[in-house]
Amino acid sequence: MSPKLRKFVEFCKDFSSNKVALVAFFIFLLILFVAIFAPLVSPTDPYDLNTVSIMNSRLPPFSEDFSGNYFLLGTDGAGRDMVSAIFYGLRVSLGVGVLSGIFALIIGSFFGISAAFFGGRYESIIMRIVDIQLSFPSILVALIILAAFGKGVEKTIIALILVQWAYYARTARSSALVEINKEYVDAARCLAFGNTRIMFKHILPNCMAPLIVVGTLQTAHAISLEATLSFLGLGLPITEPSLGLLIGNGFEYMYSGDFWISIFPGVALLITVASINLVGDHLRDMFNPRLH
Amino acid sequence: MTAFIFTRFAQSVLVLFIMSLLVFGGVNLVGDPVEMLINPEADQAEVERVIRELGLDRPVTEQYWYFLINAFKGDLGDSFIFGEPALKLIIQRMPATLELALFSLFISLIIAIPLGIYAGYNPDSKPSKVIMAGSILGFSMPTFWVGIIFIMIFAVQLGWLPSTGRGEIGTFMGINSSLFTLNGLSHVFLPALNLALFKISSVIRLTRAGTREIILQDYITFARSKGISEKRVVLIHVLKNILIPIVTVVGLEFGSLIAFSTVTETVFAWPGMGKLIIDSIYNLDRPVIVAYLMIIVTFFVFLNLIVDILYTFLDPRVRIKGNHQ
Repeated sequence: MSPKLRKFVEFCKDFSSNKVALVAFFIFLLILFVAIFAPLVSPTDPYDLNTVSIMNSRLPPFSEDFSGNYFLLGTDGAGRDMVSAIFYGLRVSLGVGVLSGIFALIIGSFFGISAAFFGGRYESIIMRIVDIQLSFPSILVALIILAAFGKGVEKTIIALILVQWAYYARTARSSALVEINKEYVDAARCLAFGNTRIMFKHILPNCMAPLIVVGTLQTAHAISLEATLSFLGLGLPITEPSLGLLIGNGFEYMYSGDFWISIFPGVALLITVASINLVGDHLRDMFNPRLH
Repeated sequence: MTAFIFTRFAQSVLVLFIMSLLVFGGVNLVGDPVEMLINPEADQAEVERVIRELGLDRPVTEQYWYFLINAFKGDLGDSFIFGEPALKLIIQRMPATLELALFSLFISLIIAIPLGIYAGYNPDSKPSKVIMAGSILGFSMPTFWVGIIFIMIFAVQLGWLPSTGRGEIGTFMGINSSLFTLNGLSHVFLPALNLALFKISSVIRLTRAGTREIILQDYITFARSKGISEKRVVLIHVLKNILIPIVTVVGLEFGSLIAFSTVTETVFAWPGMGKLIIDSIYNLDRPVIVAYLMIIVTFFVFLNLIVDILYTFLDPRVRIKGNHQ
């Protein structure tokens, strides 16, 4: 076995020691699979106007229509199958959450590592901005952006990136500060490598562990925040029906007792966010040297 | 010390200035200000009159200058929907939001501190594991969805508690609040519990971590060796020492409750500032949106300023660093 492979196997063994986190990880994989292949695994296409019939609107769970279509979780106000709507909704929610997470990771680690590397005035300005931003609750930052610039897919993603980047920047800086004093960085400097190369080819890979932990927890947070914003009508437009929008749509039927329209998308959201959080929590414990 | 406060104050003003640029930019440069700031039902003559009145035919820099001057005078424009000054509308709704946030802070402390102490005192027991799992669940549950479930269970199915509005408002010592009537309390309970949920999870974790540390301290061992009962050790020695950091952190985070109340107020139709901003966004009531954003940002900037200054008193290390800057 190559050392890399051996390290990976060891990591897997270590990770599986916590059964709850392992189960959460497989649930998350399943959700990811459903989200990616939503058009293939959904019983119907909920946004194809030829198959959706208003005659089927607000059918309770476990019901069947006249042509023999079975609705495991019932239908919504427009007669869409809830199972399919949730599958498609997961796709939008996860897509927006993961995309914004990746961008925030890139931007945040760039500023964090360069702040640690160059130090001085540049570092204090960057870290001051991070501190100021973190003193505002995430929902408020998103609210300011979306209230001032209006809703939309790109705007929601921009708002989520702005909410998250500061966490990545702080984490990246604090781990880069430790790495910078190590010998391999001195060695790289002696070889007269460029600053960019040292920062992103040498220091960044060694800062990845804490960044991944922050990444999982932040992605869960971003998915939840996007759902909240979309529910409030500030996030995604109705053309991109995420789980938050589905819950919002069901809210108006709550008072007439049609609970399934907003409850089931919420359960899907909860399972997604909780499974990511459980995996992230366990990863944090694994990478935390004080607990070993 | 003075230098530190001065630097922080200058920074707060800078943040406010950048925010005003952002909000002003959002309203006036990204969208069409005529469409956004003028009532859509106005006719052509009216449109031209308002354009002149608002100075929209002037250069952008000049417009921004007038926006700043008017904002300093407390004039953030009139609401399209209510026809009243936006600032007045927001201030009218502020007590409802504060009352909701305060009550939910109270609920979260009452529930979370005993649970946290228990989980910290018996870290390996079954109930502690359940409490900690519950706190992860509490972090993961979207607040608005839990609110919907509360309404479904307690208002629609069981019919125990009302789910919308603020209820009867009582007066006590010159303060109007629905916390002073039974009907008002029944209205505030569900939204406050909903808003408290997130706080409960985080306070449980804080209390547990604190308790685990305190239990190992010498003064606890000493108290035990004096033969004080375990009950007294926990209720007096542990509780008192745990309260200081918790009250500090929770007090400082009060602002986040106000920010998150936007969501809870929308779900429970609670007539506070948060519901006003969401309604205003729906109705494109731009003056109210701008006014709300400016007020809430000012509120947070000064809250943070106070927190920073308080910290210099609580933690001398901050003060020393500030002096050497």
